[in-house]
Amino acid sequence: MTLAARELAFGYPGRRIGSDVTLKLARGEVLCLLGPNGSGKTTLFKTLLGLLSPQGGSVLIDGVDAGTMSREAVARQVSYVPQAHGAFFPFTVHEIVLMGRVAHIGLFAAPSRNDQNATDAAIARMGLTELAGKSYTQISGGERQLTLIARALAQEAPVVVLDEPTANLDFGNQVRVLERIRALADAGTGVLLSTHDPDHAFLCADRVAMLHEGRLMACGTPGEVMTAGNLQRLYGVEVAVVAVGTAAGARTVCLPVAVAGAQPSAQQ
Amino acid sequence: MSASRTTAGFAPALIVAAALALLLALILAAFAVGRYPVSLPDRGRVRWGWVSGGSSGLDATVEAVVLQIRGPRVMAALLVGAALAAGGAAYQSLFRNPLVSPDILGVSAGAAVGAVLGIFLSLGVVMIQSMAFAGGLAAVGMVYFVAKSVRGHDPLLVLVLAGVVLGALLGACVALMKYLADPYNQLPAITFWLLGSLASTDARDMWAATPLLLIGLLPLWLLRWRINVLSLDDEEARALGVPTGRIRLAVIVGATLMTSAAVAISGVIGWIGLVIPHFARLLTGPDFTRLLPVSVLLGAGFLVAVDTLARTIANIEVPLGVLTAFVGTPLFLWQLATARRSWQ
Repeated sequence: MTLAARELAFGYPGRRIGSDVTLKLARGEVLCLLGPNGSGKTTLFKTLLGLLSPQGGSVLIDGVDAGTMSREAVARQVSYVPQAHGAFFPFTVHEIVLMGRVAHIGLFAAPSRNDQNATDAAIARMGLTELAGKSYTQISGGERQLTLIARALAQEAPVVVLDEPTANLDFGNQVRVLERIRALADAGTGVLLSTHDPDHAFLCADRVAMLHEGRLMACGTPGEVMTAGNLQRLYGVEVAVVAVGTAAGARTVCLPVAVAGAQPSAQQ
Repeated sequence: MSASRTTAGFAPALIVAAALALLLALILAAFAVGRYPVSLPDRGRVRWGWVSGGSSGLDATVEAVVLQIRGPRVMAALLVGAALAAGGAAYQSLFRNPLVSPDILGVSAGAAVGAVLGIFLSLGVVMIQSMAFAGGLAAVGMVYFVAKSVRGHDPLLVLVLAGVVLGALLGACVALMKYLADPYNQLPAITFWLLGSLASTDARDMWAATPLLLIGLLPLWLLRWRINVLSLDDEEARALGVPTGRIRLAVIVGATLMTSAAVAISGVIGWIGLVIPHFARLLTGPDFTRLLPVSVLLGAGFLVAVDTLARTIANIEVPLGVLTAFVGTPLFLWQLATARRSWQ
């Protein structure tokens, strides 16, 4: 199963956001999308998911034009994790995750034993079993994000798209969520995620795509693409990419240079 | 595990059983109380006589009170209360807002225009009821198509806005007709209708309204689990595989049909569609599969109780729209002050 964009142009009616995006995601790999605010990451995701119609080119799910597929058929192939948000009604964590099964449940049917089992399994995989009966409105932001990922797991789609899954999370929760995402890919799911922190690409991505003003600026392995020059061009600030020795071996991190350089002058 | 899945601490079956018991008690009381008291054994005898086709051996007056007057009226209260509460519960889930009632898309305003026009033109009761029913459907239909033709906005927000604006316009039409109506004949009838009453319902009304109410309830019941998913963000629901536009239309059609049929026989009765789903949600949590049956039972019970009050507390009939507000407001405020939150 692959999710692919071919010369995709995307945007809202009357407003083009980006164009000429070609990329492909297979099972078992993590593709990380980087781009500054307003570069079109969320709009691209919504177009890939079929929530917005492409303005040109096409989205292909296993080679089939997604525009010809029903909402249910798309949902069985690609699941979506939006940014964690408030709920309107206090559904329990279990009830929220169970909703991920809707594409597998007949129009007039209620969830079956099988759906309940898939839900319990997804909850357990995200380590939320203790919280299953708690109200979604009463858990922390990190737990909400994990709940939404569990819902995508219950959907049992081979590809999952996550929109800034680490936004609004504290440092520990960011790392925990990224670890879970990496584990998902290692278990065979294709993962496409966006993030504002380039370090996250080093942490969990197999490939990195850089979206700059609606166009793909670069696409490749983190080692190829995550250069100081590319990051500088992408974000408009001076960046250093350095290797750091840790207990677990060498790690690469990005450092903003301009802030460090500006400090002495600020102290004068 | 299964116990931890429910939001509230009560088992769903227990809540339904309790609500059902309360409802039965209220129905029994409603048959007993009134200006012509009927004892429990007598009521049993009358109903047995009706079922078996034989004579109850009782005074014809007692028979008439139980079968012709109180029977249809209690039936009407049950059905209207249930319909308004179910419609309210569906709309609150659909619009993700606990402040929504079946009036939000203009069904009451449309029905009011239809009924008031009927009274204004001095038409018969059947015509007035038919026009109220048609007016409710037409108003919601108009709101839906106005909202549908506006693109590029949040579809729910546009629906609500269109409902509010059109509701105001229809309110102005009612006001105009009241202003022009004959103040001795028509105006009291209009006012009476706008305040809601079950005083004049008879068996024929019930035969007309019951099938419509049941047809309206059908999509809500069939889609009961899917309506949960509709209460998520629109894009999220679509990403989960739900064609939200079509399901939403089915729910709106069902809820509107029910509410229009109810309003056509009872006039405008506020509060039930707004407050009863709240109470139900406190008991069951937001899961619509449990919320719908409990709303139906509580709505039916509440209107039976209020209607019993309406015909007994004073020498004249107290309008239902007035009583539901007088009974509903303190209950609502008490709940708001003491209960845990049932929405975000």
